[in-house]
Amino acid sequence: MNTIFYVTAAVAIVSSIMAITNRNAIHALLFLIISLLSVSVVFYIIGAPLIAALEVIVYAGAIMVLFIFVVMMLNIGMEEETEKQWLTPKMWILPVILATVLLGIFIYVSREFKFENTSADIIDPRHVGISLFTTYLIAVELAAVLLLAGIVGAYHLGKPKKKIIHRFLIKAPSDIKGNMQK
Amino acid sequence: MISILRSIWFTFLHAFHKRETQGYPEKKPYLPPRYRGRIILSRDPDGKERCVACNLCAAACPVDCIALQAANDYNERRYPLFFRINFSRCIFCGFCEEACPTYAIQLIPDFEMGEYDRQNMVYEKENLLISGEGKYHGYNFYKVAGVDMGVKGIGKGENEEPPVDLKDLIH
Amino acid sequence: MKYVFIIAGVLLIPLTIAAGLIWVERRLLALFQDRYGPNRVGPFGLIQVLADVVKIFFKEDWIPPFADKAVFVMAPGILIATILLTFAVIPFTDNFLVLDSNIGILFFLGNSSLGVYSIVLGGWASNSKYSLLGSIRASAQMLTYEVFMGLSLVGVVMMADSFSLREIVEAQQGGWFFIPQFVAFLVFFIAGIAETHRTPFDIPEAEGELVAGYHSEYSGMKFGMFFVGEYLGVTLISSLIVTLFFGGWLGPAFLPPAFWFFLKTGFFICLFILIRASLPRPRYDQLMELGWKVLLPIVLLNILITGAILIYNSSL
Repeated sequence: MNTIFYVTAAVAIVSSIMAITNRNAIHALLFLIISLLSVSVVFYIIGAPLIAALEVIVYAGAIMVLFIFVVMMLNIGMEEETEKQWLTPKMWILPVILATVLLGIFIYVSREFKFENTSADIIDPRHVGISLFTTYLIAVELAAVLLLAGIVGAYHLGKPKKKIIHRFLIKAPSDIKGNMQK
Repeated sequence: MISILRSIWFTFLHAFHKRETQGYPEKKPYLPPRYRGRIILSRDPDGKERCVACNLCAAACPVDCIALQAANDYNERRYPLFFRINFSRCIFCGFCEEACPTYAIQLIPDFEMGEYDRQNMVYEKENLLISGEGKYHGYNFYKVAGVDMGVKGIGKGENEEPPVDLKDLIH
Repeated sequence: MKYVFIIAGVLLIPLTIAAGLIWVERRLLALFQDRYGPNRVGPFGLIQVLADVVKIFFKEDWIPPFADKAVFVMAPGILIATILLTFAVIPFTDNFLVLDSNIGILFFLGNSSLGVYSIVLGGWASNSKYSLLGSIRASAQMLTYEVFMGLSLVGVVMMADSFSLREIVEAQQGGWFFIPQFVAFLVFFIAGIAETHRTPFDIPEAEGELVAGYHSEYSGMKFGMFFVGEYLGVTLISSLIVTLFFGGWLGPAFLPPAFWFFLKTGFFICLFILIRASLPRPRYDQLMELGWKVLLPIVLLNILITGAILIYNSSL
């Protein structure tokens, strides 16, 4: 089991690096998908099959498809010039410093608190469901309200415009009349 | 919803209908006698060629697939020295048959003339000429033609009156 | 050793069925259209499949010079791989299955959502406008219909109290789920047609408008993989319908369980073909409207009612 874990983890890291450095937008997204898939395998190995499946369905299956969809529609292909401009040291030095700080904290935390129980018991969908609707009920409800707000907003933005039948058939608004009288 | 189910049901019922397929190579289809298929050249009842090489068929042909060369025989009658139809061009419109004054060129109910080599689609006179009279039996152009061509005198043909004597005013 | 046999069987049986479907579909379409269909090669034209396969193998495997080669080659493989992987969780009988997973249904949903990539990437990598239009339509259509596909299964999962397909079948011993979950069955069936983009929902490859949609530029065995992938998808959806709603291998005991499974699957495959023969293709916006405005409320209502009844029954 350990070798599988290390192989998939290596795949995840390599494909993530490829996703960042690849200049072709679609290829970069494909590497990101591979990274997500290998992370889901890691989830499965450490005993969270539901999260693994959701990772594939939601992230790799739905969200990344939308990303690719947008990239396809905008036809971002081989724009190497802009990529080169963006990948100057000035642009990436600050994120790298922040990421290094995070890495330091991560190493410190993992050395300070020893997690003995790495091969934990398998969390099956039932446990996830029960804890979602008891312990984390408020978070779930809040997320639901947020999603509802998103749906309402999307409906508002996507509402069909009023159909104009003919310019002579529209009733003239009163302020235009007022302007005419002036 | 109901109409969708209904159309699915009616499509299913078609499984029990009579098949429309014609098993062509095994079961030949019926071709009516005036079907416009392969072009032939016919002979008159005496066994002579009907074609008088008038070139009307070649002129009528919309795709210019007919080529022929006229010549005179020992009777000073015209006949085609060669007669060539390029069937890779022919559209089987039947205009040549309508143009022909002697019923020589005829379209018959036969269409199985596929070839592997395109050059084989060009039919020469010996390929076109049949030994029979085709669709019009007993018709002999020279027996009804008004001119004296050695086989019959003027006014001697079938249903033909003797010529008017122009010098006689009694008529 | 037995396990290896099962894996080989699970790989080979769907592939054989899918290849055979090339012939079955042509014969059945002909049957519904008052024709005979392929009946010349061998008895009843059965060898036609072999002839087709030989033809498709020996065709020139052409990659357009303007295509994105790596993605272009990868795309048909993704389709076949995702569909064949899903067969791993389908119980042919109670012991003839590769993986009895407690996330079986989620495994299927995940794989089917990954299957979108083959079409999206295939269309994009072809670098032709028809392919791109086809894949844009496909991605929107499949994302939409995945939602109802997942939601329609929730009722079944609640009734069986498990994600494992084997346990779902065993839960149907008292009665098949298509009676209490008839609405979910209908929605799943419609979503299944849309997921495999068969007629009437074949607008990603609408030949009247888009040549052949996302696989316009494909030829040879790469096209063959898309072609067989479609039939594999039909087999998969049919066997899932049987597993989830029609009691899988369950049936009267005078015939072996595997026979019942294949009989029911065959029935649904024929239904797929019958629907293809009867219904015209809707417009793209009609498809989306049907999905979001009709199927989604129906499915949500189904979940609500199923849940209410289950809670009422358990409180008794």
